[in-house]
Amino acid sequence: MDSRPDDSRRRFMKGAMWVISASTLGTGVMMAPTANAAPSLTEYKPVFFTPDEWAFVLAACERLIPADETGPSALDANVPIFIDRQMLGDFGQASDWYMKGPFMEGPAELGFQSPLTPAQTYQKGIAATNTYCRQTFSKSFAELSPEQQDQLLTQLQHNELKFDGVSAKQFFDFLLQNTKEGYFADPIHGGNKNMEPWKMIGFPGARASYLEWAELHNVKYPMGPVSLNGDRG
Amino acid sequence: MARQEKPVDVVLVGLGWTNSIMGMELAQEGLNVLALERGEDRDTVPDFAYPKMADELTYGVRYKLMAKPAKSTITVRHSLTETALPYRHLGSFLPGDGVGGAGTHWNGHTWRPMPEELRLRSYVEETFGKDIIPADMTIQDFGVSYDELEPHFDFFDKVMGVSGKAGNVNGEIHEGGNPFEGRRSSEYPLPPLKRTFNDELFTNVAKEHGLHPFPLPSSNASEAYTNPYGMQLGPCNFCGFCERYGCLNFSKASPQTCILGALKQHKNFSYRANSEVLKVELADDKKTAKGVTYIDKNGEEVFQPAKIVIVGTFAYNNVRLLLLSGIGQPYDPVTNTGTVGRNYAYQMMGGATLFFKDKFFNPFIGAGSNATTVDDYAINQIDFAKEGFIGGSYLLAAQTNGQPIRSMPLPAGTPSWGAGWKKATKDYYGHSMSISSHGSNMSYRDCYLSLDPNYTDDHGLPLLRLTFDWKDNDIRMTQFMKGKVEALAKGLNPDHLNISFKDFGAKYDVRPYQTTHNVGGAIMGTNPKTSVLNRYQQSWDVHNVFVLGSSSFPQNLQYNPTMLVGGLAYWTAKAIREQYLKQPGPLVQA
Repeated sequence: MDSRPDDSRRRFMKGAMWVISASTLGTGVMMAPTANAAPSLTEYKPVFFTPDEWAFVLAACERLIPADETGPSALDANVPIFIDRQMLGDFGQASDWYMKGPFMEGPAELGFQSPLTPAQTYQKGIAATNTYCRQTFSKSFAELSPEQQDQLLTQLQHNELKFDGVSAKQFFDFLLQNTKEGYFADPIHGGNKNMEPWKMIGFPGARASYLEWAELHNVKYPMGPVSLNGDRG
Repeated sequence: MARQEKPVDVVLVGLGWTNSIMGMELAQEGLNVLALERGEDRDTVPDFAYPKMADELTYGVRYKLMAKPAKSTITVRHSLTETALPYRHLGSFLPGDGVGGAGTHWNGHTWRPMPEELRLRSYVEETFGKDIIPADMTIQDFGVSYDELEPHFDFFDKVMGVSGKAGNVNGEIHEGGNPFEGRRSSEYPLPPLKRTFNDELFTNVAKEHGLHPFPLPSSNASEAYTNPYGMQLGPCNFCGFCERYGCLNFSKASPQTCILGALKQHKNFSYRANSEVLKVELADDKKTAKGVTYIDKNGEEVFQPAKIVIVGTFAYNNVRLLLLSGIGQPYDPVTNTGTVGRNYAYQMMGGATLFFKDKFFNPFIGAGSNATTVDDYAINQIDFAKEGFIGGSYLLAAQTNGQPIRSMPLPAGTPSWGAGWKKATKDYYGHSMSISSHGSNMSYRDCYLSLDPNYTDDHGLPLLRLTFDWKDNDIRMTQFMKGKVEALAKGLNPDHLNISFKDFGAKYDVRPYQTTHNVGGAIMGTNPKTSVLNRYQQSWDVHNVFVLGSSSFPQNLQYNPTMLVGGLAYWTAKAIREQYLKQPGPLVQA
């Protein structure tokens, strides 16, 4: 299939691009190209995680979205910074969730029933995983080989490790969910550095104005992303 | 001792669609009307303003505009013998709160019910015989007909500025609309939205299968529009932030964009946000209400006297308030007595995702109701006796958003993390479309709402308990739709095809989002032994209490409920204006 637009369509698209840029600029978004430079992961000081926990989060994120030629890794995208910031926020503290007892186990279909907040689940889950790794391999999770780390993460995902006081699967589920969130959420939340994950897939971020494009069928949208802060990718 | 406020003529509990309508109608009548809204105040500016709305994490994933389970939730169990557990964080359904309620964060799908759905038991019995209705299925007639509601549907269409193409105008069938719909007295106020690529593909394959595709009726305005209240909508720009978001563009119909701006001009209307009603207070003889007790924004308990109480909160919260207030007899599924809580129903969904390596869908170019649909498998088109179920679905190909955290369909078998996952997101983002089935759910003797014996809210009051599970009838319906959807999907020759429909034995699961179209529990009808409300949504037991919303539905539609909810609100408002105010008392003799 030939997806290239013909000449008249290309001319229209150039016009449309100009229209969209102008209207986006006109809505009060700051467009300074160098604003809001993302921090460097190596210089970032976690606000929630201890050094041990931080080492785990860095190592786990690297395996969940690894570095390769396809696109940015979770570490390239500052995903650990996103997760760290989530822990002290409403999500980490389960502020919006019903957390009153009694807590009882039930069928999986009745959903989350843990008395632990996500932040507590991370703390207990990381400690339990590291204890298991030290007992089994005499190393912490972060010190294992990538293959061993993948194996451990798979065991957590399938609830094959039984920990006291925390569900391995619940811990893994939060970790994976938050890693993907940090990868694709607006950079204002700490991850998605320079919108590289958005650029990899072709998501234009917060542009939020496409009327001119709705009826252009089977044509790849050509504009790069913008963020809530008005940065352009 | 509760502080007492100055009496009003009418107190509205909740300020979403139904009570915005009721506020307008009764303020026009000259009554002194006060709305009490549990959540915060909200308006397009500043609350929904660009760019902050374009934030998937905050609104789409963390549900900033939804009810917070910490403050208000329900418990769920699958059967009468189980212990119900709390719905601790949102998944399956997403009730709204705050001014505008769920009407701020809906997608804008604006279907009328089929005439047959409003008299479903009669339709089934007359057409197929009583024997085909399973013994434990408790479907009923609404007690009001499509023809009686049609003028109100027509007006609500004009209030919301619905974009669409009529299929049946005064009995004349129009090409390009839904040929199976009930009679409409006029064309939609606005033409359909522009058509995206998925619409084109679905339209083509549906026509090849002899079906009748048409644009989904949409409360995302296709053009600039001024409604009968003088409220102005702007054309939808396909921003892709509709469902779970307030509209940043004044395009999606909501209480804010269509009613509240005009209603606030009435000096005899006022509202208080952050005011949570705990109880409707009854007179000693239990035949009338005196007003309501609420907790104000400072945490103080307040008694608000009123001559009329209109309960218009989210469906199941209506039921809880009736139970907490002692209005009507609680339903008991064992003895099959009582009514409050009876006939809870949900909806049955399924779908296919089609992946095409060489096609570009640009999924972020979306609107909440940007879709093409067919209604050839609707309730009035299926031979229930032959197929062995009662129900129906519409099928839709929708492109509502491309937000990548929650809208990242990948071919079945893709790893959930690692290099394989990342490569799949790059290869397949923007290269898929969906065909879904949006279906009915019948009501059953053991699917109901009651007060929970174990869990309470912050005020120490019991949470509402939902007892619900899927039944074979509804599974047969969705399996029938699976066959139809699969045939259409294969007709488009995708490179990969994911199919997801519930099968026999499936348990109701609170985790994945399904639909927020919860209905029943305070149902309307013609017999006080089997309904909570009469045909005007007036309490059989307490005549100055009216209850609005999808809690009135005796079973679920195959459609999205907002048009019926709004049409019924206008129908009740007319009854109050023309009958009740002249002679307060029961509008129907029990």
